[in-house]
Amino acid sequence: MKTETELNNGNVNMARRSFLRYAGAGVAGIGLISAASSCHKDHNVTPSGTIDVGSGDPGILNYAYALEQLEAAFYTQVIATPYSGMASVEISFLTDIRDHEVAHREFFKAALGTGAIQALTPDFSSINFSSRASVLTAAKAFEDLGVTAYDGVGYLIQNPAYLVIAGSIVSVEARHAALIGNLITFGNFASSDQVDATTGLNASNKPSVVLAAANTYLKTKVSARSFS
Amino acid sequence: MNLFNIIEEIEKVDPEFNDRISPRRDAIKNISSFGSKVALAAIPLALGDLFKKAYGQAASSSVISVLNFALTLELLEATFYNTGMQASGLVTDTAYIAQIQADENDHVKFLTSAITAAGGTPVTAASFAYVDFTAGAGSMNGPFSNVFTNYQTFLAVAETFEDTGVRAYKGQAGNLLGNQTYLTAALSIHAVEARHASAIRYLRTSKYGASVLPWITSSASAGVDTSGAASNDTGIALVNANYGGSTPENTTVQGGVDITTLPSLEGSTTSVAVASAAFDMPLTMAEVLAILVPAFAQTK
Repeated sequence: MKTETELNNGNVNMARRSFLRYAGAGVAGIGLISAASSCHKDHNVTPSGTIDVGSGDPGILNYAYALEQLEAAFYTQVIATPYSGMASVEISFLTDIRDHEVAHREFFKAALGTGAIQALTPDFSSINFSSRASVLTAAKAFEDLGVTAYDGVGYLIQNPAYLVIAGSIVSVEARHAALIGNLITFGNFASSDQVDATTGLNASNKPSVVLAAANTYLKTKVSARSFS
Repeated sequence: MNLFNIIEEIEKVDPEFNDRISPRRDAIKNISSFGSKVALAAIPLALGDLFKKAYGQAASSSVISVLNFALTLELLEATFYNTGMQASGLVTDTAYIAQIQADENDHVKFLTSAITAAGGTPVTAASFAYVDFTAGAGSMNGPFSNVFTNYQTFLAVAETFEDTGVRAYKGQAGNLLGNQTYLTAALSIHAVEARHASAIRYLRTSKYGASVLPWITSSASAGVDTSGAASNDTGIALVNANYGGSTPENTTVQGGVDITTLPSLEGSTTSVAVASAAFDMPLTMAEVLAILVPAFAQTK
């Protein structure tokens, strides 16, 4: 049995190895590895273009900022190019959610100031914005992911004020998640894939799990090495 | 004897076990690097320590009091839904409300066993002198006297309970700061309460035409409304306090950042409605108890 750290290092090494395979030349590869391993500054850009959120509370806030950027970009697109037959009540709900996510994004950007990571470029090529099913499925994935992300790092937050703010945001994400679930199937607001049927507890996830999912929707990849 | 087999066995019964013991993983790694005889001798002792940590027998009295506060709220919520579901002809959306009822009863069971495992004494139904959902302080004939005969009153009170539960858990997060086991569990329940709040609100608006949204949207154009009136959209003025308090739901400044001054898709500012709805606000334990006691419940 490997420890978590070893498992994660293993994944990183695997990722690096496959990157190097694509990069080809061995000599260039050595240079990349040493460059990567010497990068320990907060939210730096690694040679592969991955943005790391950094460490400590600023790292957690940047992690949240990354996820809110993704959600805000998604709903902005949803409202800009509404799926056919989007009911007026759905336009209203999804516009509200868009505005909440934008407020979250702008809050983190303002709170982090010069410590904020860069604006991320999303990749929504897997989502069919003209399809209600595709959009709502993606929306459920984003909202559920957001809830598990905040709940999974709450204990790592050192400043009680930040913890309360994270709490203030995560319950709104959970409200969104429940609504999207209801829009997909009436009554599906606490589905068993998210809420444990025995304990009644919502799932929570580590940054490594969350970012693996989030990165599939991002051109600019994000890592959280100090929280893995 | 293989320690890692034991952990795998436990994981089958308790899938969260690895997460519970994760702070102890360095200890496990150290054990595995010992010489084999030394390691075998050390395992029973180390395991005992592991279980204590994992199941929180070292939990402080303040953590236990937070858990008992949470359990008190869950007992009230579970009792509310149990009573409503038993009231003949009250609940129309049976499966929908039954889902929430099941979650609340699961929370009661989870918190009861967590408190017991932590060496504390859990609150039980027998701990209450009375529980009065009519808000009649034990008279059972308070302002919500039709709570179990009128479905719309039942749903409005349910909305209030869920919103208040979300605020109550949020208010306790700071008391569990840095505690992986209990803070994570509390946040996980908090998220489910928020799902319920959204669900009740969606039911009320989509099926029964109530003027509510899945999130708490404040109507006040300016100023912090500690009374809660500006954020109470339940239609029951009596529950204003559930939306007010020292950090009321219409708060628009977060961590020193005035959300209304931030850019939005509409322009260079953000509306009060969006700024307040985007952030749910906490209630302190004292604020929650002032709402509940003596109107809804009194402990012996």
